[in-house]
Amino acid sequence: MIAIDFLAAIGRLFLGFLRAIGTLSLFTAKAVSHCARPPFYFRSIGQQMLVIGYFSLPVVGLTAVFTGMVLALQIYEGSSRFNAESAVATIVVIGITRELGPVLAGLMVAGRVGAAMAAEIGTMRVTEQIDALTTLATDPFKYLVAPRLIASTLMLPVLVLIADIIGVFGGYIIGTGKLGFNPATYLRNTADFLEAIDVITGLVKAAAFGFIVALMGCYHGYSSKGGAQGVGAATTNAVVSASILILAADYLITELFFSK
Amino acid sequence: MAADPRVPKVSLRDVHVAFGPKKVLQGFDLDVMPGESVVVIGGSGTGKSVMLKCLLGLVTPDRGSVKIDGQEVVGISDQEREPILRKFGMLFQYAALFDSLTVWENVAFGLTQAKGMTRADAKPIALKKLAQVGLGADVAELSPAELSGGMKKRVGLARAIATEPEIILFDEPTTGLDPIMGDVINDLIVACVKDLGATAISITHDMASARKIADRVAMLYQGKAIWQGPAAAIDKSGNPYVDQFIHGRAEGPIQVEVHA
Repeated sequence: MIAIDFLAAIGRLFLGFLRAIGTLSLFTAKAVSHCARPPFYFRSIGQQMLVIGYFSLPVVGLTAVFTGMVLALQIYEGSSRFNAESAVATIVVIGITRELGPVLAGLMVAGRVGAAMAAEIGTMRVTEQIDALTTLATDPFKYLVAPRLIASTLMLPVLVLIADIIGVFGGYIIGTGKLGFNPATYLRNTADFLEAIDVITGLVKAAAFGFIVALMGCYHGYSSKGGAQGVGAATTNAVVSASILILAADYLITELFFSK
Repeated sequence: MAADPRVPKVSLRDVHVAFGPKKVLQGFDLDVMPGESVVVIGGSGTGKSVMLKCLLGLVTPDRGSVKIDGQEVVGISDQEREPILRKFGMLFQYAALFDSLTVWENVAFGLTQAKGMTRADAKPIALKKLAQVGLGADVAELSPAELSGGMKKRVGLARAIATEPEIILFDEPTTGLDPIMGDVINDLIVACVKDLGATAISITHDMASARKIADRVAMLYQGKAIWQGPAAAIDKSGNPYVDQFIHGRAEGPIQVEVHA
């Protein structure tokens, strides 16, 4: 009897998981189709671009500069063990553009913007504002979800490009100010070994992460129920699921571009 | 094209809705003729709000028919539903005003989004509608969070009538208001509905409100309309359920479960 209960519990869990996958897939398909079909709410898209891009700049910029600084210190420390200190600038720029810039910007934006989206849309759900949109003949997917998805997918690459520059600058500050590199040599090493594919993969990752952050924020907000507690749970779920999906997508995209 | 006065504006036939094991509507029938004001009364949790949501397509009945102007709306696509939704206006229980918009933008929402009017053209109409519900232009630029409960209801009413809908739904219009403000809202509802010549469906458990708004009253109990009749006849319905409800007695055929 206990064994059957145990198996039933596992079965329920698995069915619940399948149901969640199905619901998310339908939500994603509907959201993407609304992104591609007019009418477009340009005012909402503009507002979201401002919120996601401009207002995330301080957080992403600070993260990038400190990451660049730490990276320079760590690589110098590690590479000095086999007399390869000259590789610091190259490794910093490749590490930032390919990996740390997009991933850290994605995670910071998931915490800042994804949580806010889930909270805002979740509150709209539990206070019947989403139902009110429907009664005003306005599709909530078109008005709420599509602008956020478009804005986030477009703005994350811009944010990451800026984060790349700031991150490299952080490495430059430590490299020239503390580690004794010649500024011109450091910059030459940075530029000489950087390839277009390094930046491009970072920007592709950023667009994918932007999509994931907005999708998770909107999905969990839209599906929230049960008042303040439900909105709180939606916010947590949005950040956690976006963070995990960002790391998983990071691996998949890296594999796609660089596996031999 | 004028609506056929012999065809019910709204018709629900044998509507069944269940959420898991909980059966909410179990064969609900209601016809509302053009220009008529029907109030559906019933206790909390009897399915009054679900009935309204069936009209708007927010809840899909498991069985039964919902017709608007003679057109079946159960199972139609989002695109087919859009012109039907344009016939509706709705005042929500807690107004459901959009937090991110100002008061006038809330009122003008249906005009700018659904009817494609410019903001400049929609603003004077929004101000006129606000004046119609007794709110001055000074309120127009406030955000919903700055309004009292009564003012929110009035803004919600202004939003509901702004697009001059053919059918207006009122979900517990006086809930949470003091008796005087409740009466003010009732008077405004009667005036606005008469002014537009609209068909009105209200749900409430406030009998003072029901008596004031209704041409006809229907009582919902255990998922069915157990009594329907003119508002003036409600005191002589001869139905023990209706009698118990309108007099607010704990004793009678309606048993309310009280968990200790």
